[in-house]
Amino acid sequence: MGKTLLEMRSITKEFPGVKALDNVNLVVEEGEIHALIGENGAGKSTLMNVLSGTFPVGSYSGEIYYDGKLCQFKNQRDSEEVGIVIIHQELALIPLLTIGENMFMGNEFKNKFGVIDWNKTYYEAEKHMRQVGLKESAHTLIKDIGTGKQQLVEIAKAFAKKVRLLILDEPTSSLNDEDARMLLDLLLEFKKQGLTSIIITHKLNEIIYCADKATILRDGSTIETLVKGVDEFSEQRIIKGMVGRPMEDRYPAREHNISDKVSLEVRNWTVHHPLYQERIVDDNVSFNVHKGEVVGFSGLQGAGRTELAMSIFGRSYGTNITGEMFLNGKKVNFKKPQDAIRSGLAYITEDRKVYGLILDETIRFNTTLARLDKVCGGGGVIDTDMEVQVAEDMTREMGTKTPSIEQAIGHLSGGNQQKALLGKWMFTEPNVLIMDEPTRGIDVGAKYEIYCLINEMVANGKSVIMISSELPELLGMCDRIYVMNEGRLLAEVKASEATQESIMGYIIRDTGDKKESVHQ
Amino acid sequence: MNKTANKGAGERAAVKNGSFYRRLISFITKYAMVIALVVVFALFAILTDGRLLNASNMSNLMLQNGYVLVMACGMLLCILTGGNIDLSVGSVICMVGGIAAVLISNVGMDPYLTIVISLVIGLLVGVWQGYWIGYVRIPPFITTLGGMFIFRGIGRIILDNRTVSIQDSRFLDIFTAYIKIPGLDDGEVIWSALIVGVIVAALVVFNMLKTRRDRAKHGYRQNSFASDIIRTVIIAALVIYYSYLLSQYRGISVMLVWVVAICLIYNFITSKTAFGRYFYAVGGNEKATQLSGINTNKIYFLAYANMGLLAGLSGLLVAARVGSVNGNTGNSFEMDAIGACFIGGASAYGGSGTVGGVVIGALLLGVITMGMSILGLGDSIQQVIRGAVLLVAVIFDVVTSRKAGTR
Repeated sequence: MGKTLLEMRSITKEFPGVKALDNVNLVVEEGEIHALIGENGAGKSTLMNVLSGTFPVGSYSGEIYYDGKLCQFKNQRDSEEVGIVIIHQELALIPLLTIGENMFMGNEFKNKFGVIDWNKTYYEAEKHMRQVGLKESAHTLIKDIGTGKQQLVEIAKAFAKKVRLLILDEPTSSLNDEDARMLLDLLLEFKKQGLTSIIITHKLNEIIYCADKATILRDGSTIETLVKGVDEFSEQRIIKGMVGRPMEDRYPAREHNISDKVSLEVRNWTVHHPLYQERIVDDNVSFNVHKGEVVGFSGLQGAGRTELAMSIFGRSYGTNITGEMFLNGKKVNFKKPQDAIRSGLAYITEDRKVYGLILDETIRFNTTLARLDKVCGGGGVIDTDMEVQVAEDMTREMGTKTPSIEQAIGHLSGGNQQKALLGKWMFTEPNVLIMDEPTRGIDVGAKYEIYCLINEMVANGKSVIMISSELPELLGMCDRIYVMNEGRLLAEVKASEATQESIMGYIIRDTGDKKESVHQ
Repeated sequence: MNKTANKGAGERAAVKNGSFYRRLISFITKYAMVIALVVVFALFAILTDGRLLNASNMSNLMLQNGYVLVMACGMLLCILTGGNIDLSVGSVICMVGGIAAVLISNVGMDPYLTIVISLVIGLLVGVWQGYWIGYVRIPPFITTLGGMFIFRGIGRIILDNRTVSIQDSRFLDIFTAYIKIPGLDDGEVIWSALIVGVIVAALVVFNMLKTRRDRAKHGYRQNSFASDIIRTVIIAALVIYYSYLLSQYRGISVMLVWVVAICLIYNFITSKTAFGRYFYAVGGNEKATQLSGINTNKIYFLAYANMGLLAGLSGLLVAARVGSVNGNTGNSFEMDAIGACFIGGASAYGGSGTVGGVVIGALLLGVITMGMSILGLGDSIQQVIRGAVLLVAVIFDVVTSRKAGTR
C-alpha cells in the first residue's frame, strides 16, 4: 500500500517495578485504519501515550519516526503540531461550555491582546462539524448532546488541529451499536479522504469491519500484525493472538437446571424520569426470573434497562414509580436500596467507577460496605480481623489479582475492579443478581472468568438478570432474553431459539413502526 | 490523603516485601506528622532553653488546646463527608458560652441544668444546619457561613454586648478543677496523676497483648512482634512521662479528662464502628455509597448535628477556662479546628483522615503557638507562621501521597 507514515521502533517503557512496554514495534502506513488490540494491561494505552508525547522523550527508550523524520515529543502539543491527535476513552469535553468553545479550547483564535474572536471560532467550529456530519449548532452546550455526538465533537476538534494521524482509544465503548456503526462508517469515509487512524478497541467485530491491519500486543510486547486480505482476519484468529491460545468457547458451558420457582417477578412497572417527570422511562414492564436462571435484557442505549434495574433496586432511580414486585411469591415494596439488599437483591452497576466502587479506598473497605453489619459485633463495632478474613476470602473466590486486600481499588485493572465489585455484592449473599453490562471494558480472559462466576451462581440456585449491549454475550449466557426499546418490553425470547438478527429485528421494526405512525 | 495511616495488617505485610528504601519511604509517609511533631517539639525545646518542656507548660498545652481538639473531632466528621467544613463553630461557642454565662450569672440557674441546656442548644444548632445540608442539600459552606453570622449575632444579643463573667465554682469545677485525692496529693507531688499514668500505660500494653492473642487464636494475620513492642513501649513511656510532668504541676485537670475522653470516643467511632465507616464512604464516593444501601443524607445530617453538639461543649470549655464570655469569644476558632484536621492529614476532598492525625495536627499547632509565645513573638508573626505551617503540611501531604500512588 502507501508509504509508511509512522514507525515506532523497539519502544521500551518502564514504570517502577513493571515493564509496561518491552521492545514494541509498530508500523502504520498512510491512509490505513490500524487496529491495536490486546487484553487490558497489554500496553496499548501506554504505547499511544508514548506516541502522543504524554510520556515525554527520555522517559522511554526506542525511536519514533513520523513522516520519515525522527520525532522527539516533549508533550502532547508537540505531537499535535505534526498532526497526531489522540482521542481518549474518557472524553475531555467540558459539559457546561458550547461545542465551539470546547473545540478550540487551548487553541483559541485571539488577537494580540488575547481577546477571543468568537465569530471566527463558531464559523470554524461549524465548518469542522459539517466535516464529521454533526448537525448541531456550535452554540449548543456539550451536556445537551448525547455521547455519540460528543464523540463526533472530539473528532471535529481533531480536524481543527489539522489531524493526519488520528488515534482513538476505545471510541465505541460508551456508544450503542447504532452510533458505533455510524462512527466506524465515518472513519472509513475519512480513510477514503486519506486520513490515517489507529483504533484501540476490545470489540473484535469492529476490527473485522473497518480495520486494514491489526497489531496485537500481549504483556507489553508485540505479538504479530495481521493484514486483512493476507492473513486470516477473523475474531477467532485475533483472540488466539491476544490470549496466546485459541479460545474455542467464549462462553463456558453450563447445565441448565432451571427451577419452576420464580424468584423475582415484576408486574406493570412504570418509571418516570427524575427531572422531567412527565417523561416515561419504563412503560408498564412485566418480567420474571426463575431460580437457577440467567435472564438477559437486550436493547439499545436509552431503552430503559438500567433505569428499570435501578428503580427495582430500592427506587434508586426515577420518580412516580408504579407497579408490583414479588420476591419468592411474596409481595415486596422496596423504598430504599437497603430494603432491596436485605431482601437478597444485588445490583451490580454498569459504571463501576461512579456507582460501584470507592476508588481511593481499599479492597477490604469496598468489599464489606454494603453489608457492614455482617462483620460487626454488638453495637455496630467492626471486627477488623473478621473483615480482613472476609475480604481475603472474597478476593480469592472471585480470583481478583491484587498484591493485598489493602490495595486501593482504583489501582487495579478494569477486570480486577469488576471482580472486586462482584465480590462486594456476593458478600451481601444475594438471591437475585442484577448485572448491568458486567463485562464492559474488560478483556477477553477476565470476561470468561466472570461468565464462569455467573454460571456458578445460578448452579447454586441463584437468579441472574443480565443487562448487556453485546448480543453474542446475551445469546451465549442467557436462558431467556427480554428485548426492550424506548422503555417498552417488546418481546421475550428463548436464547436457544434467538439470533442476533432476530433480536435486532424486533428493535428495528419497533423503531420503524414508531416513525411511520408519526408520519400518518 | 494520608491513606497509609491507620490501615490494617495486610498493608504492613505487603510493605515487608519491598526494599529497605521503599520501607523507609513508606515509614516516613506514614508517620510524617508524628515526625514533624517531634521535630517541632525539639526545635522549640532548644529555642526556649527547655522551658517549653516545663511541667506547667506541658500541662497547659493540653488545656489551652482542649477546645480545639473537641471541635476538631466534630470537624473531622464533616470534612470526611467530602471536604465540607463548618464555619459556624466559633460563633456557636460564643452563643452557647454566652447563654451559659447569662443563665448562671444573671439568671442564677443551677449549673448542672445550665450545662444540659447548653449542650441541647448546641445540638439544636447542629440539627438546624444538618437539616439544610443533609436533606435540602444547601452547600455546607453557605449554610455554615450563614450560621456564622446568625449565631454570632444571637450570642451578642444574649450577652447584650457586654462581658459576662462566671463565678459559680460548681460550674467552673466541672471543667477546670484539678483532681486531688486528700491524703495522697497533699504534698508537692500529685501522686494520683502518676498512678493514673502508670495504669493507663499498663492498659496500653495489656491491650496490645490481648489483640495479639486474639489474632493468634483465630489464625489472623499478625503484625511483627518487634513493631508492636516498639510502638507500645513508646506510647507507654510517653504516657508515664506526661503523667510525671502533671504530677509535678497540679495533677490531672478535669478538662484533660473531658478532652481525652472525647478524642478516644471519636477515635473509636471513626475507626471501629460501621457508623464511622459511612463518613469515609460518603466522602469517597457518595453515589456508590447510596447504592450500597446507606442513607447518605442522614450521614451529612449527623455530621453537622454532631458538630453542633461538640461546638456547644467547646463553648462550655472555653467559658469555664476563660471565666467569662463576650461578643468576640470564639472568634476564628473554627479555623483552628479546620487547620488541625488538614495538618493532621485529613483530605480536603473528603474520604480520609483519622482522629489520631487530628490530635497530632492540633498539638502541632498548639506547640508552635506556645513555643512562639514563650519566645515572645508577636501575635502577627505567629499568625504568619501558623498559616505557613498549615500550607506546608498540606503541600507535603499532597506531594507524598502522589508519589506513593502508582504513577
